[in-house]
Amino acid sequence: MSLLEITDLHARVAEKEILKGISLTVNPGEVHAIMGPNGSGKSTLAGVLSGRDAYEVTSGEVLFDGQDLLELEPEERAQLGVFLAFQYPVEIPGVNNTYFLRAALNSIRKYRGEEEMSAPAFLKLVREKMNVLHIDQSLLNRPVNEGFSGGEKKRNEIFQMAVLDPKLAILDETDSGLDIDALKTVAEGVNALRSPERAIIVVTHYQRLLNYIVPDFVHVLSGGRIVKSGGKELALELEAQGYGWLESGSTSELVAA
Amino acid sequence: MSAATDTIEEFASKEYKYGFVSEIESDTIPIGLSEEVIRMISSKKNEPEWLLEWRLKAYKHWLTMTDPLWHNVNVTPVDYQKIAYYSAPKPKKVLNSLDEVDPEMLAMFDKLGISLQEQKRLSNVAVDAVFDSVSVTTTFKGELKKQGIIFCSFSEAVQDHPELVRQYLGSVIPYSDNFYATLNSAVFTDGSFCYIPKGVRCPMELSTYFRINAANTGQFERTLIICDEGGYVSYLEGCTAPMRDENQLHAACVELVAMKDATIKYSTVQNWYPGDKEGKGGIYNFVTKRGICKGDNAKISWTQVETGSAITWKYPSCILQGDNSIGEFYSVALTNNKQQADTGTKMIHLGKNTRSTIVSKGISAGNGQNTYRGLVKINPGAENARNYSQCDSLLLGDRCGAHTFPYIEVKNPTATVEHEASTSKIGEDQIFYCNQRGISTEDAVSMIVNGFCKEVFKELPMEFAVEAQKLLGVSLEGSVG
Ligand SMILES: Nc1ncnc2c1ncn2[C@@H]1O[C@H](COP(=O)(O)OP(=O)(O)O)[C@@H](O)[C@H]1O
Ligand SMILES: [Mg+2]
Repeated sequence: MSLLEITDLHARVAEKEILKGISLTVNPGEVHAIMGPNGSGKSTLAGVLSGRDAYEVTSGEVLFDGQDLLELEPEERAQLGVFLAFQYPVEIPGVNNTYFLRAALNSIRKYRGEEEMSAPAFLKLVREKMNVLHIDQSLLNRPVNEGFSGGEKKRNEIFQMAVLDPKLAILDETDSGLDIDALKTVAEGVNALRSPERAIIVVTHYQRLLNYIVPDFVHVLSGGRIVKSGGKELALELEAQGYGWLESGSTSELVAA
Repeated sequence: MSAATDTIEEFASKEYKYGFVSEIESDTIPIGLSEEVIRMISSKKNEPEWLLEWRLKAYKHWLTMTDPLWHNVNVTPVDYQKIAYYSAPKPKKVLNSLDEVDPEMLAMFDKLGISLQEQKRLSNVAVDAVFDSVSVTTTFKGELKKQGIIFCSFSEAVQDHPELVRQYLGSVIPYSDNFYATLNSAVFTDGSFCYIPKGVRCPMELSTYFRINAANTGQFERTLIICDEGGYVSYLEGCTAPMRDENQLHAACVELVAMKDATIKYSTVQNWYPGDKEGKGGIYNFVTKRGICKGDNAKISWTQVETGSAITWKYPSCILQGDNSIGEFYSVALTNNKQQADTGTKMIHLGKNTRSTIVSKGISAGNGQNTYRGLVKINPGAENARNYSQCDSLLLGDRCGAHTFPYIEVKNPTATVEHEASTSKIGEDQIFYCNQRGISTEDAVSMIVNGFCKEVFKELPMEFAVEAQKLLGVSLEGSVG
């Protein structure tokens, strides 16, 4: 059984149809890249999968591990193992990063019928993941994302992913706003988290990230539809030709990009 | 938005857990206020003549004053003739040990999480328990006495240390100060008294727990804390009341005196009954709290977490008389349903190099209205005085309000006064971010609110910080179905 099965998904926001029939199958262990110009609906797709309220699904189906994902609350989806690395991570003033992460992990464990993780065990886990991702100790004791640089925020997202150990991770423009060194570090972190049990959907505007996180499949999203799918070579083709050749005459999406 | 709104609705409709009434027989004098009543209170308490005179002076002055409530359309006026000014649990004979305390009363305090029984006491907190008008018992008295510390009920202090009471009573809050303080001066019944001798660092937290039980009773307690040269004391105050449909009046006075090099830290967790969802019932919490840093290098720090009461009017203040003296005010005020809080502080800088810090966090939910009102006054003699004020408001939902009125009077050009203010709404984005990490909306709101209050909570003694966080947590319980 596939991990994620999206069938003919339509969704709208503020009365405007954004997703116009998306179908996608993702199996455990696979890395899928979803590419597309700005405004093509990439974040909308990520938002619909993670349960953001602003989006209204008008038709279609999403199965996660065989379960209807769309009828679950966002926290239930997270507890089942859906993780979204945010394009714009949110600041939560006064809430300690480690405290936040432990609360998250324990609520996920509770849902799975596992015991709460003790503070020492949690710290051990955190240290382990920190080393892999080159996370600075000081980030742990600061309030969630508050005053973090762009790179720190993105790295913190991947760090959370490492600790929460999701089945499906959706990385929304994790590369945006990063210089090449930061990009490499983040990619390294993601690669360390690739495993046969986990699927990853990498959402990006640029091919650049895919040099470092090499996908198994590439899908091109345009105007709310997947207009082309292929292997990793498709990303390079796109890089060479831009998104324009997909658009048969319409340049509006290009301008937006 | 829907999930967040639901939680906010639930937040606003939280249940009050301390609303039970205890069946304790009490000796309550008939309702109404007159010179007669004041004489009765004074004689029941076997007070010296000078104190009765002081009360009567206050009463006569009070008769010339007008209730500031009459001008406020959102308040049901208080009928001062319908309140009983004295209610004491029976029997009112002197208790020699805790065994003589009504078991029903011990059970009640247990239920409130305040154990007065020796074996179950918090090891590092001495408690004075005030029930309606009188102090029930004070724990750890003997131990404190060894260091010369006096910690007892106000009534006992009047009997045992009349010279101290006479010297300091009304020295920070004169009997003529304001309508409620004047009323309190006339009719106050009990409260706590504390004296820390020179150079003594009080080894434990001192705490008073106030409980209004009887119906139609006002609580008018009086607290007086004197910290002599080089002394230190940390004092905690907590309060609850049963749920009743009528408004009950609580008009307390707290006076603090810090001598040279002395430090007083005063913390309050106020959880009086706030009234029901429609705003019926609840405590009117009209309190005057003021401290004076009399000597050089003295420090007074007020920390308050105000979650209860239908209406709170309260401005714990510092008079910074000694050079280099320090005043601090850290406040969290939460209002929901129809609650109204108008709270803040006054920092009066008189001495040179005096410093004050104000951190106020207002949280409004439901139809709650939260006002910060503060005064920073720098007198001509206060060379190089400094103040820093920060007032943050957090709104939960669309029907509540936050207001900030900072008054600043600077009469010395060397002063530095800084004021920062912010108002934010609890963000859907923040809640979704937490949800996406597996955290329920209810826990997310609680976490965000607690994070917002962090700068204040870290000023609270350990035991109280935990209680305060729980209090906010409890407010959010059972919200997402
Ligand atoms: N909350 C919103 N309200 C109105 N329009 C929105 C909202 N969110 C997204 N959109 C619109 O939906 C389209 C797709 O946006 P998005 O999914 O963010 O694209 P991408 O992530 O591919 O850049 C854009 O035209 C954008 O303007
Ligand atoms: Mg996007």
